Amino acid sequence: MLLQVERLDVYYGAVHALKGVTLCAEAGEIVTLIGANGAGKTTLLRTISGVIPSRSGRVTFEGRDITRLPAHDIVGLGISQAPEGRLVFANLTVEDNLELGAYRRKDRPGISKDREEVFRLFPRLRERRRQSAGTLSGGEQQMLAIGRALMSRPRLLLLDEPSLGLAPLLVREIFRTVREINQRGVTVLLVEQNAHMALSIAGRGYVLETGHVRLEDRAERLLQNDEVRRAYLGG
Amino acid sequence: MIRRIIWTLGTLVILLGLNLALPRILNPYLFQIVILCGINVILAVSLNLINGFTGQFSIGHAGFMAIGAYGSAMLSLHAGIGWVAALTAAGVPPGVAEGAALFAALLAGGLLSALAGYLVGLPSLRLRGDYLAIVTLGFGEIIRVLILNIDAVGAARGLPGIPGWVSFFWVGLGGTGVVVLALNLARSSHGRALFAIRDDEIAAESLGVNTTAYKVLAFVIGAFFAGVAGGLFAHYLSYLNPNSFTFIKSIEVIAMVVLGGMGSVSGSVLAAILLTLLPEVLRPVKDYRMVIYSLMLIVLMITRPQGLLGSREIRLGSWVGKLRVARGAG
Repeated sequence: MLLQVERLDVYYGAVHALKGVTLCAEAGEIVTLIGANGAGKTTLLRTISGVIPSRSGRVTFEGRDITRLPAHDIVGLGISQAPEGRLVFANLTVEDNLELGAYRRKDRPGISKDREEVFRLFPRLRERRRQSAGTLSGGEQQMLAIGRALMSRPRLLLLDEPSLGLAPLLVREIFRTVREINQRGVTVLLVEQNAHMALSIAGRGYVLETGHVRLEDRAERLLQNDEVRRAYLGG
Repeated sequence: MIRRIIWTLGTLVILLGLNLALPRILNPYLFQIVILCGINVILAVSLNLINGFTGQFSIGHAGFMAIGAYGSAMLSLHAGIGWVAALTAAGVPPGVAEGAALFAALLAGGLLSALAGYLVGLPSLRLRGDYLAIVTLGFGEIIRVLILNIDAVGAARGLPGIPGWVSFFWVGLGGTGVVVLALNLARSSHGRALFAIRDDEIAAESLGVNTTAYKVLAFVIGAFFAGVAGGLFAHYLSYLNPNSFTFIKSIEVIAMVVLGGMGSVSGSVLAAILLTLLPEVLRPVKDYRMVIYSLMLIVLMITRPQGLLGSREIRLGSWVGKLRVARGAG
């Protein structure tokens, strides 16, 4: 098991945001997490990556307990995140953003090789390599956020709402690339509001509702599930 | 490596040359302005590391400067003067002895201030924006009020009799030092980490940047150089008074950073010199001096809100390159 989350409880002050969430991801999978606004999807990703502390429960990665590790050490272990709303460094160039993705690495040749790889996945970024990231379009910024996350050579990639605010055509392009990244052996944990899109590329899915896991199944079965169809797929 | 040695030696020779020439060329009034320009450059660039590079809004820079000034002055008064006397008695040339004592005093003042920077940096982990600004403002005022009430450092009477060991060389050395450090930092992965924190802290953290360590580090380095600037100030004027370190002084330094462009080292240098010269140039208009000074600041900020240089740098290298191209073409 690559990632295991067991009975995770997270609070924001008095608000109980995650209530005993348990989930797992096998190496090589795409696992998606769907749910409405405020269900706790982003919270879960941020807790896994160590940005938000948990109150109880356990997160293990490759058999190692990472629950109490600070975020910057978790990146070193092989988990990286493309955060919600992209959060690219607007005043830095595309290249500098990618460099920062490789912040924990010291192997210069490997870093340039991976940067070339990111440019191959997202040719648009190569065209704009010296442009500051704030001047990119929403879609390009999303590509940059994913590319930046790949620069740390993760074994687990946490994607938070990559479709947020993007045109349908771009969404399809991004999801195609996510699948390509996965085929090269990166496990993906994908948080999405666009449930249809997410379930169509994922192997398994979890439905999160107000802080707890409501459903868990193979993606194609979730796509058929009446409850899911009614609540998240628009009938 | 050899290049670096040549650059270092060249800089030292230039500084020593100016050190000899400036006091002869300039009258004491102009010379003092040059020294103050240098000290303000150190202050502005060091604050830029905190405000411009890392995006932590600090308005307590006068506090760090005061700690460095008083710390180094006390060391010189209680030990430095004795060392110089002992060294000269042992046959060391007075210039060298004074230089060594001054160096020790500046270092001590800088380190003391860096320690304070560490302590102020700690709350910055929880606070940002206006909240951090208020904490640093409070810090600066606390330092001033403390000095005002400690009799051993002269309290409200001020601290006289500090040896005037500062020559142009030392101010130039401090200024060059902080500029070189800041420029190298900006180009390193550490600098990128600071910029990342400024642009988006959560994203930086999620990429593996230890934001805690870097935010404190920015405060420590910034405070160190503010302390050095304070030490230079003390050993140039030979007299310290708590009124030199009010929060107006902090605001002055912030104005330099903002006017030059947040994150631009050369912008800070330029703005520091400009804002030091401006009030002097405006002396003929007497009573309206500060009115015009303020108006000019307002107009500048309206017309160039990103600062004189934005986040760009003036690069000597690119000028040299252009000259070569021009010559090659001609």
